[in-house]
Amino acid sequence: MALTSLVKLNATSSQFIAQNPFNQRRRSPSLLATRRFSLPIRASSSSYADELVKTAKSIASPGRGILAIDESNATCGKRLASIGLDNTEAHRQAYRQLLLTTPGLGEYISGAILFEETLYQSTTDGKKFVDCLRDENIVPGIKVDKGLSPLPGSNNESWCQGLDGLASRSAEYYKQGARFAKWRTVVSVPCGPSALAVKEAAWGLARYAAISQDNGLVPIVEPEILLDGDHSIDRTLEVAERVWAEVFYYLAQSNVLFEGILLKPSMVTPGAEHKEKASPETIAEYTLTMLRRRVPPAVPGIMFLSGGQSEVEATLNLNAMNQSPNPWHVSFSYARALQNSVLKTWQGRPENIEAAQKALLIRAKANSLAQLGRYSAKGESEEAKKGMFVKGYTY
Amino acid sequence: MTAYRGKYADELIANAAYIATPGKGILAADESTGTIGKRFAGINVENVEENRRALRELLFTTPGALQYLSGVILFEETLYQKTADGKPFVDVLKEGGVLPGIKVDKGVVELAGTNGETTTQGLDNLGQRCAQYYAAGARFAKWRAVLKIGPTEPSPLSILENANGLARYAIICQENGLVPIVEPEILVDGPHDIDKCAEVSERVLAAVYKSLNDHHVLLEGTLLKPNMVTPGSESKKVANEVIAEYTVRTLQRTVPPAVPGIMFLSGGQSEEEATLNLNAMNKLQTKKPWTLSFSYGRALQQSTLKAWGGKPENVQKAQAVFLARAKANSEATLGKYTGGAGGADASESLHVKDYKHKVMAADAPIEGPVVRKAMVA
Repeated sequence: MALTSLVKLNATSSQFIAQNPFNQRRRSPSLLATRRFSLPIRASSSSYADELVKTAKSIASPGRGILAIDESNATCGKRLASIGLDNTEAHRQAYRQLLLTTPGLGEYISGAILFEETLYQSTTDGKKFVDCLRDENIVPGIKVDKGLSPLPGSNNESWCQGLDGLASRSAEYYKQGARFAKWRTVVSVPCGPSALAVKEAAWGLARYAAISQDNGLVPIVEPEILLDGDHSIDRTLEVAERVWAEVFYYLAQSNVLFEGILLKPSMVTPGAEHKEKASPETIAEYTLTMLRRRVPPAVPGIMFLSGGQSEVEATLNLNAMNQSPNPWHVSFSYARALQNSVLKTWQGRPENIEAAQKALLIRAKANSLAQLGRYSAKGESEEAKKGMFVKGYTY
Repeated sequence: MTAYRGKYADELIANAAYIATPGKGILAADESTGTIGKRFAGINVENVEENRRALRELLFTTPGALQYLSGVILFEETLYQKTADGKPFVDVLKEGGVLPGIKVDKGVVELAGTNGETTTQGLDNLGQRCAQYYAAGARFAKWRAVLKIGPTEPSPLSILENANGLARYAIICQENGLVPIVEPEILVDGPHDIDKCAEVSERVLAAVYKSLNDHHVLLEGTLLKPNMVTPGSESKKVANEVIAEYTVRTLQRTVPPAVPGIMFLSGGQSEEEATLNLNAMNKLQTKKPWTLSFSYGRALQQSTLKAWGGKPENVQKAQAVFLARAKANSEATLGKYTGGAGGADASESLHVKDYKHKVMAADAPIEGPVVRKAMVA
């Protein structure tokens, strides 16, 4: 397994070990010989177990979902460029401030995923962003992966990096106020996917999840099955079932506490270039079938990514999935599908901030209603219905 | 490939859902000839075909009992037997709204290089046998894999091997119209505590479902028959509520909601214990997207056997005992059992240390007819 090289202790982690005793699961070397056959009870002895379960439950609360604003600086730059703004820290700070100080956001949003820069930023008045979120009962989260790279030996596929030093980084993020983490890996249907790519995606997620929990962060598990391709919805279902079977198996082997994780799957839809579009009801049926076949009820919440769907599409599909009770909270973790209208309204101008925040609330409320199965598309703007699929989209 | 979608898919889904009807459960009456011999020995009854037939007739014709059952697992011999009046057992069951099931495994053999761990045999010609059983009226099947807890057990080999066997059996059943009951029994024997049992159960069930998924088994057309999560037989007992919490937590962590029903094995618990534990589980206020029910052998028949003693004049008395146990367990699936059915006999522990249905030497001939022509009425 290629990952073994990533687990070597580096200077930062040895420093961390010296400063902080490892959690109670570690045993002294003299017991290792017998310990080899006595596997740890699944995370129930982790000092963070109770907090992880509580945090996951809070994020998976009825009528609420996640606002994903963890775009890397480069990606955020694309967003700013689309409204004619330069990619400066000041602009990024201004944009995130607009979003995170929206009054009443906590009624519809239970968690916000931040990029590292944002986690340490404050409002222009000097109030920490994490405190703004806390005051609205929104849990701060942090993107911890270090992006995708080409996967050697695969069929032009990618793998996600970020395990090096992840433990100490996670501990630092926890200190700063983050309580959940996110790691996004991808799987490509047109490229196979190869067994290698699926195994790597699942294994990386499992390792990340175990490390996150060890350091007090609820891991959001995100294997995105990319929309790119002309495949049918049946093919997507096959691939999704394969990927999630592998993910859960490795999560179990890594002794991850399922009551303390959240999932961020893609919905089961046809590929973007497939000749037939699927209705929200069909997407809901296929997606729920997949979830029922793969997700143990111990998992408290499933927060869908929007992956290029239009704002309205993403909301309609979520609504269709919530027409009857599910054994897990079925909700949203949207970035583009929550922010598109906001950006267009703001245009970078301070006089538009209030209107832009209102636009965010409109979208957040729509998705809140969808989570409760009570959304109707009447009165939605044309802008909100515009698809956002970009072929070959790189994060 | 996604899950099986062949010609039996809809029927499998419907039958599995039916077996998982709340208020009903399974009578496991599939004791092999050898095993039923042990039961008979305990009540001084001769192990001949007529007595085996008589016992099963007693059970299946108990007035009012079939309403509490959704399925009965049969041994091959019984599938082709009839009442004294000449009515095929499968017809008696079907008319009573009960699906006939069939044990299809051929017992366990030891895995070389392990400390007495086993794998289950029976895949050879299984498809053909299943098709014949389907033609004879069976609609579900059962295959028992056995694992044990010890210092180095269950080993990764034993888990892998048993999970793979269960998955191969399951898909072959589905291809031939039988709902597979997936039974990875982790024996209760040992001094381990309930935490250890939970940890092992989680590990085994995760491997089982990974294997089922890899083999494209249609989960909506299966049932699970697991052990409850309890302390080992040589460890201190705990309350029914504790067993219920641990068991349901383990299942929440491992069993996808697509599985319609979880039908517990009783594994040596007394009749009353088995009912009380099931009842406690169904009273828990927590996420339970599958039916929690029973598939009991000893825990439904023990007192009945004693009351019968092999004597025709005792049939009515024995049937009353059986009816009481069936009703009690039906109530337990609804969380409505108030306890006390059956008196002292029902509380007798049925644990036999190192209980084996049959462990065969690896080169022993497979017993019994492999394929038996359906009897013409």
